[in-house]
Amino acid sequence: MNDNKVLEVKNLRVTFKTYAGLVQAVRGIDFHLNAGETLAIVGESGCGKTVTSKAILRILPSPPSEISKDTQILVDGVDLTNLSDREMIKIRGSKISMIFQDPMTSLNPTMKIGLQIAESIVIHQKKSKAEALLMARDLIEMVGIPNADARLKQYPHEFSGGMRQRVMIAIALACNPKILIADEPTTALDVTIQAQIMKLMKALQKKLSTAIILVTHDLGVVAEVADRIQVMYAGVIVETGLCEDIFYRPKHPYTWALLNSVPRLSTDNKAQLYALAGTPPDLLNPPTGCAFAARCEYCMQICRVQAPEHAQVTEHHRASCWLLHADAPPITNSSVHVKGGATC
Amino acid sequence: MIDKHIVNTIIEGLENPFEIVGCADLDAEKIERVSLTYWRDVWRRFKKNKLSYIGLLLLVGVVLLTIFGPLVSGQDFAYMDYAIKNQSPSTAHWFGTDSSGRDIFTRVCIGGRISIVIGLACTAVMFIVGAVLGGIAGYKGGVWDDVIMRIVEIVVSMPYMVIVIILSVSLGRGVFALILAMTLTSWGGTTRLVRGQILQIKNQEFVLASKALGGNSTRIITKHLLPNAMGILMVSITFAIPGFIFSEAALSFLGLGIQPPDTSWGALASSARNVLMFHPLQLFFPCLMIIITMLAFNLIGDGLTDALDPKLRD
Amino acid sequence: MLKEKLIVVDSLSKHFKLGKHTTLKAVDDVSFDIYKGETLGLVGESGCGKTTCGRTIMGLYQASAGNVTYQGKGVHNVSSKEKLALTKKMQIIFQDPYAALNPRMTVGDIICEGIDIHKMYTGEKRAQRTRQLLDLVGLNREHASRFPHEFSGGQRQRIGIARALAVEPEFIVCDEPISALDVSIQAQVVNLMISLQKELQLTYLFIAHDLSMVKHISDRVGVMYLGNMVELTTSDNLFSSPLHPYTQALLSAIPEPDPIYSRQKAHILLEGEIPSPLDVRSGCSFASRCPKVISQCHVLKPALQPVRNGHFVACHLYHHD
Repeated sequence: MNDNKVLEVKNLRVTFKTYAGLVQAVRGIDFHLNAGETLAIVGESGCGKTVTSKAILRILPSPPSEISKDTQILVDGVDLTNLSDREMIKIRGSKISMIFQDPMTSLNPTMKIGLQIAESIVIHQKKSKAEALLMARDLIEMVGIPNADARLKQYPHEFSGGMRQRVMIAIALACNPKILIADEPTTALDVTIQAQIMKLMKALQKKLSTAIILVTHDLGVVAEVADRIQVMYAGVIVETGLCEDIFYRPKHPYTWALLNSVPRLSTDNKAQLYALAGTPPDLLNPPTGCAFAARCEYCMQICRVQAPEHAQVTEHHRASCWLLHADAPPITNSSVHVKGGATC
Repeated sequence: MIDKHIVNTIIEGLENPFEIVGCADLDAEKIERVSLTYWRDVWRRFKKNKLSYIGLLLLVGVVLLTIFGPLVSGQDFAYMDYAIKNQSPSTAHWFGTDSSGRDIFTRVCIGGRISIVIGLACTAVMFIVGAVLGGIAGYKGGVWDDVIMRIVEIVVSMPYMVIVIILSVSLGRGVFALILAMTLTSWGGTTRLVRGQILQIKNQEFVLASKALGGNSTRIITKHLLPNAMGILMVSITFAIPGFIFSEAALSFLGLGIQPPDTSWGALASSARNVLMFHPLQLFFPCLMIIITMLAFNLIGDGLTDALDPKLRD
Repeated sequence: MLKEKLIVVDSLSKHFKLGKHTTLKAVDDVSFDIYKGETLGLVGESGCGKTTCGRTIMGLYQASAGNVTYQGKGVHNVSSKEKLALTKKMQIIFQDPYAALNPRMTVGDIICEGIDIHKMYTGEKRAQRTRQLLDLVGLNREHASRFPHEFSGGQRQRIGIARALAVEPEFIVCDEPISALDVSIQAQVVNLMISLQKELQLTYLFIAHDLSMVKHISDRVGVMYLGNMVELTTSDNLFSSPLHPYTQALLSAIPEPDPIYSRQKAHILLEGEIPSPLDVRSGCSFASRCPKVISQCHVLKPALQPVRNGHFVACHLYHHD
């Protein structure tokens, strides 16, 4: 893996103003994205994964949201947080683009598909409309939509969910961005269509060497495509590592819980699944200790009063948990059941 | 064995920082935020909008004035004294007197009562008829829907002014006739609005759940459909009241409305018209009240629209 | 062991008339039984008719053809009194925990809706029953006075379960109860449903598109495609030896949280999209996407027939007449 960083996020903090007070949606996270890799951000709803991805593109509504002044989002050495709105528009779509969960609401229902794809090309690449439409035709073919010429002239409602997501991918890749942020791209799709879209994204990544940030809660999808994974909980990254680290050598009890709560085809029928009690903390008043302490069966006294810092496990693998302290009792995830795990 | 890596210093004062205590003693289901009912939440957001709040204060002021104004001034609104006719505002007569020597301040207050009562009564009639018919059309569907909506189409396409004039001429001039004339053609819009809301809500899963539990139509309409349509209806009510006040003023100005010695803001403006050239203040005061009331209701309506919009929630 | 049939679904069809000449055949001639105390899983992709099937069995939709009987008594075309009695026995849990609870009612009133309709308890006894139900689904007693929007998705789903349980039903249609929930919360809800089933001897019709969860909770599983039941067998059979090409593709498409295994796994990738259920087709509904299609498939619609004991499949590959 090369260490050519295309994106570096330092100390990202995002708050939302609500009637009850300031909600700290993302509470100081650092991460980077290497060229051509797929980084998966995994976590439950409300953990800050979508806010993180939108904050990078600066498309969060403000107010109520606010990105902290200490935050740095570096792309090619340029800090996106310092750019004007006009400069930011140039970045979106040309250097970084995004696809969303719901392909229906992300497309303009009154505009032909061809024009929607061409629009971004006209804006960013200064091509004529005719040239852009020709490029749009190639893009449609590239994302595997048959009858490209006829499809260009159709409206979004004439496309099925899977086809619309393909169109979204075509629009996102129109200007050959370095970074593609995919926010739950397959959640709204059926299993068989999801498999098609994931295959397409993998193939396109290989062809165009785009770096992808995949935001999802589906560990199955992550296992198939991710190079690196970071697990978020309550606005912080609790564990990050290579795909194999997270699936076969997880260190954080929350990661254990995520992996163990999914029934495998080998689990006994109707056996009790491993389930976390309760719900994630309200980020209006984040706990002073570890955010996961209230749901962690291995919670220690220290966890409730002091938040752990990141511990380096291996070169790429970090976790923040007091169990990694030298004085902590030796506790490991007893019930990781893996099929392929024996080989690694 | 796992490798141990954390090295940061630990807060002092813990007896045994690495003793596992688990999470069984904590209430993971606890909800931190204070409980807010729907309408309290709407009120909270409404209050945040300064202009609408001012509108509400204005309205309260106007209502208090119409209720207590005559008591404070101590004048009789119908007492005529030609010796003091057409006077300018003074300490005895705050808004002056009219061409029959009656105290204009007291008459504006009494007229306000009638204007506001007519506005409220018309809105109530319009709302009840609209909610019932719209509710039936939306919930029952089929033939009911077809018949009711065709009637609505006929009603809303009738020329409003002509109907009102014919009715007020044939029924005589009084408050009741005026209310009937104004509401006869006005419920069409409300019916459409309620029907649209009901159609949206009735396919929601909580309505299906009530059906699955054996809930009958009455229960579903009163417990599930109407309470959820109330928000939008409230907005339409706040905009309807000033509309009716305005219509009443227009009709009374034309001489089709309230007759002396009773009065309303429109009737006051109408009688002031004759002396407009010499005593413009007689027209100014009733018009000012109409304007303030209209403004108040419109500000409130705008505030409510925003406060009720789920997309603008935070 | 002789199992008692609780529900018999006999050639059930549900068609929606969308226009003068277009009919949506959401459920088309489906037959199966549900045994007392079991969980029957129903899987398929969106638009396959599984939700419509569940709601028609409940009597929420009128059947276009065919019959559903509950303990020998018909569910459709019965008097309103009998219908009311049936609502105490059959209940439903919905997919969307946000849309399934009336935002203007307190949680206590939501849970007691069935109790109020059937006039089961009033006053102090009603309050006591509310607390008991909240305990049963693991919520705090103080939550009764709060409103649905204050709860998280998993908590709301448990409120929905409490509402269904309030009338002490025997049979519950679970219409994708976990697909809108987070992974760790899904496990909570599924565990709750399994323990409630044991405790209260419930029978479930569990509708879902998440196959691994369906396998976990179900005794038998039926696979639907475009309004037809294409395969029906025990959960173990279905996952160890799926017969229908659609089931095989569906199983291979499950993304497993195990990178080395799933990157080596051979995927059967289906081409194309699910055809619109509006198009009238002759022959097998899966023929347009089937990797093993034979000429017969385009002509004749295969019937759901047993291949071996308790394993039914509707596919020409297994039935040579």
